[in-house]
Amino acid sequence: MKRNKKPRYITHKPTPVEPLDPDALIEVQHLSKRYGELQVLNDVSDKIYQGDKIAIIGPSGSGKSTFLRCLNMLEDPTDGYVFFEGNNLCDLNVDINVQRRRMGMVFQQFNLFGNMSVLKNITLAPVHVGLQELKRAKRENLKNKFLNLFRGKDSKMPAQHVQTTKKQIISDAQENALRLLKRIGLESKANAYPSTLSGGQRQRIAIVRALAMNPKVMLFDEPTSALDPEMVGEVLQLIKELATEGMTMVIVTHEMGFAREVATRVLFMDGGKIVEQGAPEKVFGAPENDRLKDFLSKVL
Amino acid sequence: MGMIWKGLQMTLIISVGAAALGMLIGTAIALIKLQPKTRAFIAPKAICDVYVTVIRGTPMALQLFIMAFVVFAIRGFPQVVTAIIAFGLNSGAYVSENIRAGILSVDKGQSEACRALGMSSAFTMLRIVVPQGMKNVIPAIGNELVALIKETSIVSMIGMFDLTMAANVIGSGQHLANYAAPMFVVALFYLAIVYLLTLGIKLIERRLRKSEKK
Repeated sequence: MKRNKKPRYITHKPTPVEPLDPDALIEVQHLSKRYGELQVLNDVSDKIYQGDKIAIIGPSGSGKSTFLRCLNMLEDPTDGYVFFEGNNLCDLNVDINVQRRRMGMVFQQFNLFGNMSVLKNITLAPVHVGLQELKRAKRENLKNKFLNLFRGKDSKMPAQHVQTTKKQIISDAQENALRLLKRIGLESKANAYPSTLSGGQRQRIAIVRALAMNPKVMLFDEPTSALDPEMVGEVLQLIKELATEGMTMVIVTHEMGFAREVATRVLFMDGGKIVEQGAPEKVFGAPENDRLKDFLSKVL
Repeated sequence: MGMIWKGLQMTLIISVGAAALGMLIGTAIALIKLQPKTRAFIAPKAICDVYVTVIRGTPMALQLFIMAFVVFAIRGFPQVVTAIIAFGLNSGAYVSENIRAGILSVDKGQSEACRALGMSSAFTMLRIVVPQGMKNVIPAIGNELVALIKETSIVSMIGMFDLTMAANVIGSGQHLANYAAPMFVVALFYLAIVYLLTLGIKLIERRLRKSEKK
C-alpha cells in the first residue's frame, strides 16, 4: 500500500523520544502543531490508558480538535510524537493505515459516505481489510509453492491453509453490520442512503461504522455539535453505553454535563496547552486555574 | 445519400476517438494537478499548466492546421489519426479542468472519514471521492462532448470528408434548393447525434443521483 508522500515532519531538531510507559495505550510526547505563524498546539504531553474516558473541553480555537486529529495523524504534527500501542505514528516507516484501523473516529459532520447505502458504509472498510488479507495469504502461498521447487526436501515451506472465501468475508461483515445496526435500532435503514436519515441517525451510524473495525480506542470530535437539540440525547446515550462497556475513548465536547458524567479524566485546553486536568469532580467542582473558572462560569 | 453516410462515419469516428483520447488525457492531467506540491510533482504540474493554458488560449482550427501541416506533415500519414489527436489534445485540456473541479467539489470530510478508517489514499480516491465527484462532472463533460462533436466539422478545412464536407459537395447547382437541402439534412444529422448523446448523459446522471433521492 502506498503511503502519503507528504513528509509528516517539518522540524528542525526533533525532540528526543522519552522512555515509553508500557501500560499506556496512547502516549503523546511534546506534541506541537503550527500553521505558519499560528501555534495551535504547544508542547502537549499526555498518556491515555486502556479503559480511560477522556473528555477534552475548552474554548473554541484552543486546539482541542487539532489535538484529537493529531492522535490518528489526520493532522501532521510539526513536532513531538504520538505512540499507539508502542508504535510511533509519526514515523514514516510505520504503516499509518494499519494503525488507524484500531482507532475509530467520529466526526462532527458525520461524514457518512454519500454514495453508499448504510450497510455498505459500515462494511466497506472491514470487507476491504479482509479481502486484502485473503489476497496476501494466497499470494504468499503461490510464492512458497514456486520457491518450494528450488528448495531441498527438508526445507520445503508448508502452505498456509486459507479457510475463508471472498463470499464468507462479505457475509460475515454484513452480519456484523446488521448486528450493530440492530443494537442502535436502525436495522430497517440498512439499505437507505445517508441523505434520507436524520442527523441523530447519521451520527449513530457513523459511530457504528467505526465500531465495525473493532477499534481499541474511539475518538469523538464534537459528536453532538452539528445536531438538533432533540437528537443530542440519542447519540450521547449510545456513547454512554460504549463507555460502560469499557471502551477507551477520547471525546472533544461542549456538553459539560455529559463530560462530567462519563469521563474518568477531564482535560481543559487553552491556547494550545493542557491548562488543567483531573477527575471531573475536581475540574468542575474545584477549578484552580483562572481561565478554567472563567470558562466554566460562562458555559455552566 | 452515400456521401452523407460516408461523412457521418467520418464524423463519428473522429468524435469517438477524440472523446476517448480527451478523457484519458483529461483524467491524467486532473490527477497530476490535484497532487500536493511536493518536489516530485513540480515539473509535471508546470507542464500541465502550460499545456492547458496554450490549448485553451489558441483557436481549435489553428491547432488542427498545425497538427495537419506541421507536426504530422508526413506523406501517407492517415488524416483521421491527425484529426483524432488534434481534437483529443484539445478536448483533454477542457476535460481536465472539469474533472478537477468535480473532484474538488467533494467534501473533504468524506475522504478524511475513509482515511480515518485506515484505508489507503488510492482506495479512498477510487471508492469515495471519484464516484461522488462523477455526479458533478457528468453534466460538464456532456457539454464538452457536444461541443466536440460540433467542432469536428472544421476538419473539412483540411480537406477531410466529414458530414459538413458532404453537405458542401452534394449541394451544387443553380437553384437555392439544390444546395440548401443537403445542408439542412446534415444539420438534422448533427442534431440527432447531439440529442441522442444528451439523452444518454441524462440517463447516466439520473442513475448516479440515485443516492440523493429522498
